[in-house]
This record gives sequence, C-alpha cells and structure tokens, in this order.
Amino acid sequence: MAHFDENAKPFSNQWLNDRLAIDTVKRVLSTEYWIPKNINFLWAMGMILAATFGLLVVSGIFLLMYYKPDVNLAFDSVNHTIMSEVGFGWLWRHIHGVAASVVFLIIYIHMLTGIYYSSYKRGRELIWISGMLLFVTFSAEAFSGYMLPWGQMSYWAGMVITNLFEGGSLHLTGLVEWIRGDYVPGDAYLTRFFMLHVFLLPLIIIGLIVFHFASLRLPHVNNQEGEEIDFEEAAKLYKEGKKKESKVIPFSPVFLSKDIFVMGVYFILFFFLVFYNFDFAMDPVNFDPADGLQTPPHIYPEWYFLWSYEILRPFPKNPGLIAFLIAQVIFFLLPFIDRSPNVAPAHKRGLFVIWFWVLVVDMIALTILGKLPPEGVFNTLGTVAAVIFLLMWPILFIITKLEKKL
Amino acid sequence: MREFKILAVVVFFTLVVYIGVEPFAHSQMHAHVEGHDFVYDGTADIEEANTRVENTKEALKKAQDELAKIQGIDDAPQEDIVKAQEAIKKQEGALVKAEETVKRKSLFWNNVASIAQLDANVSNGEASFGTCMACHNGAGINMGGVIPPSLDHVGSLYDRNYLIALLKDPAMASNVDHKYANTMMHPMGSVMAMVTSDQQIADIVEYMMQNKVGELEPKAAFEEACVRCHAVRYAKITQLGDTPEFKEEKDALAYKIKVLDEQALVKAYMGKLPPDLSMMIRARSPHYMETFVENPQTQLPGTSMPRVGLTKENYEKVKTYLEEVGDPSKPAREAIGPWVILFFVVFAVLAYLWKKSQWKDLH
Amino acid sequence: MSSRRDFMGMALGGFSALGGLAALYAMKRSWDPLPSVKAVGFTTVDLSGAQENVLSVEKWRGKPIFILKKSADMPSDDRDVIVGQDRYLVAIGLCTHLGCIPAYLPNDKIFHCACHGGEFDASGREIFGPPPSPLVIPPFKIDGTQLVLGEEGPEYIKMKEAGVTA
Repeated sequence: MAHFDENAKPFSNQWLNDRLAIDTVKRVLSTEYWIPKNINFLWAMGMILAATFGLLVVSGIFLLMYYKPDVNLAFDSVNHTIMSEVGFGWLWRHIHGVAASVVFLIIYIHMLTGIYYSSYKRGRELIWISGMLLFVTFSAEAFSGYMLPWGQMSYWAGMVITNLFEGGSLHLTGLVEWIRGDYVPGDAYLTRFFMLHVFLLPLIIIGLIVFHFASLRLPHVNNQEGEEIDFEEAAKLYKEGKKKESKVIPFSPVFLSKDIFVMGVYFILFFFLVFYNFDFAMDPVNFDPADGLQTPPHIYPEWYFLWSYEILRPFPKNPGLIAFLIAQVIFFLLPFIDRSPNVAPAHKRGLFVIWFWVLVVDMIALTILGKLPPEGVFNTLGTVAAVIFLLMWPILFIITKLEKKL
Repeated sequence: MREFKILAVVVFFTLVVYIGVEPFAHSQMHAHVEGHDFVYDGTADIEEANTRVENTKEALKKAQDELAKIQGIDDAPQEDIVKAQEAIKKQEGALVKAEETVKRKSLFWNNVASIAQLDANVSNGEASFGTCMACHNGAGINMGGVIPPSLDHVGSLYDRNYLIALLKDPAMASNVDHKYANTMMHPMGSVMAMVTSDQQIADIVEYMMQNKVGELEPKAAFEEACVRCHAVRYAKITQLGDTPEFKEEKDALAYKIKVLDEQALVKAYMGKLPPDLSMMIRARSPHYMETFVENPQTQLPGTSMPRVGLTKENYEKVKTYLEEVGDPSKPAREAIGPWVILFFVVFAVLAYLWKKSQWKDLH
Repeated sequence: MSSRRDFMGMALGGFSALGGLAALYAMKRSWDPLPSVKAVGFTTVDLSGAQENVLSVEKWRGKPIFILKKSADMPSDDRDVIVGQDRYLVAIGLCTHLGCIPAYLPNDKIFHCACHGGEFDASGREIFGPPPSPLVIPPFKIDGTQLVLGEEGPEYIKMKEAGVTA
C-alpha cells in the first residue's frame, strides 16, 4: 500500500490522487501530451473519426431499440417503425447511414495523410498497423450493418460478398453455407450479422481504438516537415513560457481547440448531408424489400468498397480473387515495402511524390469505374487501373530503395 | 495559406469521387427519359415506335454486314451463311411489324384527336354512360383481372384525351397493346363492342368531364387511381381498399383470404403481383416516378403496368399521398435541418475564436 | 491564461451544452410510446348484448376491464355508468390491494380476490379484507350503446370530479 493522506476529504483532489492518480493521468494523456506545433488541419482527422464513431454509437443505440433482426420484420421495423413511428427515429437512421458512409471518407483522408507525410515508419509502424486493423474492422462493421435493413441491396450484397468465400476454383460451397447458416442469406444469416454488427465488431473496434491511441503515445505525432523533435527539450521551453520558441503544444487545450474548430466545420457538412443529401449513403434501391428471386438491374457496393471491388472485376475469376486479396492486405505491408530512411512529406522525397499522386488518382479511378457498368471503354480502363494498382507496390519498393537520405 | 491549399486539394478529390460515383455513374446506368408533362396525345407512343423501327433497321444492317463478311471468306461453311440469312429474315420481319406499329399508332392517335374536336351532346352521353355502369358498379367484384374502378371522379382524375383514347381502344390508350397481341383480351376490351361510334365516345367523355367531377383528397385520388392493383401495407391498404378493423381473429383471417384471392386474380392478369407502394417514394427518384406513371413503358420496356392517364394535378396528389406514407418525416426533416446547420455554423465560429485565443501566443 | 481565453472556452462549452439539450430532447422523444401503441389505447365495447349479473371482461391497454350489467336488486351507486335505461359497473379488474384479478361470484354478487381474500360488491366498492379502495373506473365515453375506453366523456369527467373513480 502506497502512502495516502488519511485526512483527505472524500472525493477531493488529493483523495482521488491517492487512489486514481488523476493528476498524473491528466498530465500524461492531455496537458503534457506534447503535439508538434507545425501541423495543419489534416491532423484533426483522428478526432473527427472518434467523434463520428461516437455519433454512430449513439444513433445506433436508438436504432437498436426498435430494430427486429428477423427476415419477416426487419424491413418494416426499419422503414415503418423507425422511419415513421419512433420520435426522431428518422433522424437516428439518417445520422447512422450518413455517418457510416462519411466515416470512410475521413478514414481515407486520414490514411492518405499518413502516407503523404511518411507517418507509418521508423517507430510508427504499429500506429499504421493498428489503423489498418481498424480500417478492416470498420469495413466488416459497415458490411454487416448494410445487411440489416434487409432491402434488395442488403440481400444481394450479402449474396455476392459471401460468395467470394467460395474461393473461386476451390469451390468451398460448404464454407459459404456455413457463413450464411443457410443455402442463401436467410434468417440465421441476418441474426448472426446483427450480432456481429451490434456487439462483437463494435467491441473489437473500441479495443483497437485504445490500441491505436496507445501506439501513438511514445513515438508521438508526426509533423508537417517530418522533423525529428526532441520532445523533452521542447516541452521544457513551453513550460518555461517560451511558447514561441517551443516546437510543441499540449494536447489539451491547445491542440484540442484546433481539432474542435475543424470538427465544427465538418459537422456543418455532415448535417447538410443528413438533412438534404442522403441518397448517396442510403441507396434508394434498398427501399425495395429483399427479393431472392429478382436481382436489381444494377448492383454495386457502397462507394468505399468500389476500388477493391474494381480490382476483382476485370480479371478472370481466380486471378481476380487473388488480386482482390492482395488489395485487402497490401496496405498493411506499407511500412516494410517502403525502404527509404526518410520521414518527410512526399514533396521532399523525389519520386515518391509521383508515386503518391498516381496512387490517389488510380484509386479514385478504380472507385468511379467500380460503379460504372462494366462495358466497353469502362471495362478497358478498369483493367488498366487495376493492373496499375498491383504494379504500384513493387515500384514503391524500388523507388524507395533508390531514395537518398535527406 | 497552406491550409487553404491543402483544403482545396482535399475538396477537389472528394468532389471528383462524389460526382463520379453519384451523378455520373447514375447517368450511365439509367437512360434518360424525357417527360411529356402529362399530355396524352400519342407523341410519346409514336416516338417509341419510331425508335423501335430505327433499332430494328440497325440490327438488320448489322445482320447484312455479317452476311457480307461471311460471304467474303473463300470457304465459309454453308451453315454459317444460312444462319446469317435467317438472322436477316428475322430482322426484316421485325422491321415490317415495327413499321406497322408506327402506322397503327399514328392512325389511332389522329383518330383520338379528331374525336376530341367533335361537338358533344351531354345528354346522349349520359344515356350511353349507363353501359359503363354494368361493370363500374362499385360492387367490388374482380372482372377479368381487376376490380373495375369507381367512375365517380373520372372527369377530374384523368386527362380528357386519355379518356377518349381509352374508350376507343383501352390497350392502345394504356400503351400495353403488346400484351394483347395474341389471345388475351384487355379487361375493358368489351367497351369496343359497346361504344362503337366516335360521336358516342365524344358524348360520354363530355358527360364525364361535366358530371363525374370533384375535388379529391390525396388519399382518395391515390385509391381511385392505383389501389385496384397496388397495396400499401404501411397504410393498411390492399387491393380491396382500406382494411377494416376486426375484433375476432377469425374475421381478420377470413378477410385476409379474400385479399389473397383478389391478389391471385390481379397476379394472373398482370403476370406478377404489382409491388406494394409503401416505400416507393424513396425507392425511386422523383423524375423516375413521374415519367413512369405518365408512361410506364419508357422506364420499364415491356412492363404490364398500363398508363393510367392521370392529369398532372392528380399525379401530384398521388405523389403527396405516397410521401405521406413512405416519407412522413420529410416535413420534420425540412423544418429542423436549417436549425441544426445554423447551430454548427455558430459552433464553428465560436470554436474558431477559441482556437485563435489559444494559439495567440504560439507564433 | 487571459480571461478572454477562458471566456471563449466557456462560451463554446455553454453553446455545445445547448445542442446537447436538444439532442437529449430527441432522445426522450424516441422513448415515448409509439403512435401505434397509443392508437390501441382506445377500445370500443358494445353493450347492447350485455346480460344482467353476467360479468364480461374486456382487454384495454393490457389490463382486464370488468363490465357488469346490474340487476334491479343491486343497489344503485354514484359509480354506476348509465347507458340508456341500464346501470353498469365498469372497472379495471385489478384488486386495489396488490393487483390480482378478482373472480366474480354471481350467486353472492360479489368479487372475491384469491390472493389475499379481498372482496368488492357489485358496485366495485371494497367490503372485506385488505383492499384500501374501490376498483378503479377507467376513462370512458358513452357513444350510443357503445363504450369507448380510454377517452374521457362528460360522464367520466363528472365522476372524476366527484372523486368516485378510484
């Protein structure tokens, strides 16, 4: 038993310090958690993601209270009970649907920021890997949630995606049926994906978020120039009041104040989408109830899956699946494929900056082509974009190997 | 300045993605359909038939090219040549048919236009209208596939030209004549035997335009125009109309069986049970809905859904009702939206001022 | 820290709290009973077929409602619901002691509760045992020979003002 003050009033600062070390916690996690000063608004994406995840949890709780995971009731519980009977039920659903889509936009911006500023290597590998794990879990969360309204898009997305597990020529029909608990997506399938969506996956996400934050604490946040900062030295200057000379700021309240401003701007856009432009996140086709005997004329995944879907599509079945698998895991390996010793923004890294913008443009091209009908010129372009994507990785290995130390 | 440059880059790429996967992709997926502002003069039908002629001509040309190509090869197998010749023959037959359709449609709609010019006699029309009541009697009995709709407000619900066309030839007026090319008869086909002269048609329509009128609430307009085929389960509406309340489960089940029987008859006539319309207002875009109701063939070629001939005003009523059922939160959404956005604008301004005060001494 | 800095932080916090309150209101509304639940809060009972001294039990808002057409020998009471010429007992069929459903004994013309032996007369007044008060009269409206449970008609309001509904 450590020393503690017998006379401290219950729940006074001293009393809590003796028991929870709140001052130390506050210091370590916020007031003396030093963030470089030389940053831009892209450094706020993490907090925006946390806030959006919070919105998803809160709106999800209210949807959960009226949703019924049963193939006969699911569609009506969402579209009738929640959308027209529950007070503000429509608001929760619109927030949930739009947030589920927008969260991926922010994830992609967050990822590309990390790539641009080389924030994934030389001590920051685990930040990158835990972030990628979050991306994959979010994808599973988004997919399982997409099943729940049990509309035409839910049903057919479920059908097509679970069919991927057949493994092409491996013909793992048994595995597919095991995943579905049925020959086609049915009641057992809906209920288990409901469980995944509201319990297991959120639990994993929360654990991963904690891990993601933890992996950030020691290596610290990167900065706009990739400069290696002596945090102890800089912190000393800051605490002495030499704030202008110091290269760092405390997480709270200084860094946070900027985050919150960026968040405010983001929420203006977010709620504009919730109230006025929600179709992109809530596909009208999904307002037709699931019908296992009629496929909609056009089926396509949500926009954030399109780029990897388009890598699958142009190839024959087996190579397509392999390409798709590569696309799913290749980003995990980024810290190890990049052989350059430099932590610096892309524009200072020679060929890397070209590589970066080609990647951005190629992924956007894949995204758009993934939604277009696979006909004529779109088909050709899709194949080219997919091949470029696959070639990007050996090229990265070579150009970073050649990169000179700055 | 640098932050604005970065923001511009982020916004630019985000917009490219958005425009690519939303407006652009959708424009590529769905052919654009031009509306005709609920004017039923046959222009759309003749255009449609002409397009078919053009398409068939193209297909014929392709088949002919194919034959020429095969004949160009020295030792082309005889069976390929025969196949190509058969393909040409098939397209030639289709072309003749398509051209006939254009002629038939033009003739029909010209005829309708001339009937619209006739001087009508309302009292003669009233006398002839009696024949309509043989079927449109409100008894709720299915005749040839559907329960004949009420004619109480037929003069205000439907377009005058459409009604003339409907009495002249129901299948042509509804633009579903392709369905009745073989043996099947339009459920209202008997009208062609009962009302035979153009004058009689003009009289009846004039009678309806003057006497069978009335202002309808959105729900009533919807029920008269759509409910003989479509159910709306969120409003407890079936093909038999509003579902009554039953105290005993037995009575409720007996009623349900009556509904199922009626649905079976509608299904036998339409080929499949027409979809429930509860959520249709959100499942289709406003433009799709409008052009579909005006002329179903434009959006779903070959569909058995007939053109109903609603006037623009009454289409708006149907739309209003579908919105009440399928998107009842729209008024609340539109009322709350500006306030929430205003809240976050003020929030962002305050947050900016706070940030500025926090960062004041840093540079 | 300058005061202006604090002031802006507080202003932002206070303004966010306003938004939080609005969100709490929306959350509260989401817990309200649904319109479809409220709609079945009204039950219509047809009394034209009622027989004297035969208890009929209706279900209203998940609770049993006793409806008893009184015979001439039953004393009249200011709790009687008068429909046409007839007097009725209309009451929620839950014992006011601990909420069990009493049984009607037509020979004795009393209600007897099996749980703790409480008894009520044909007017629903407690006559024996632990029940502290008479059977509760639910809101009703007389509509011809029909009774609409859940709606407050003038007769019910009069009873309520006289303090005899519970």
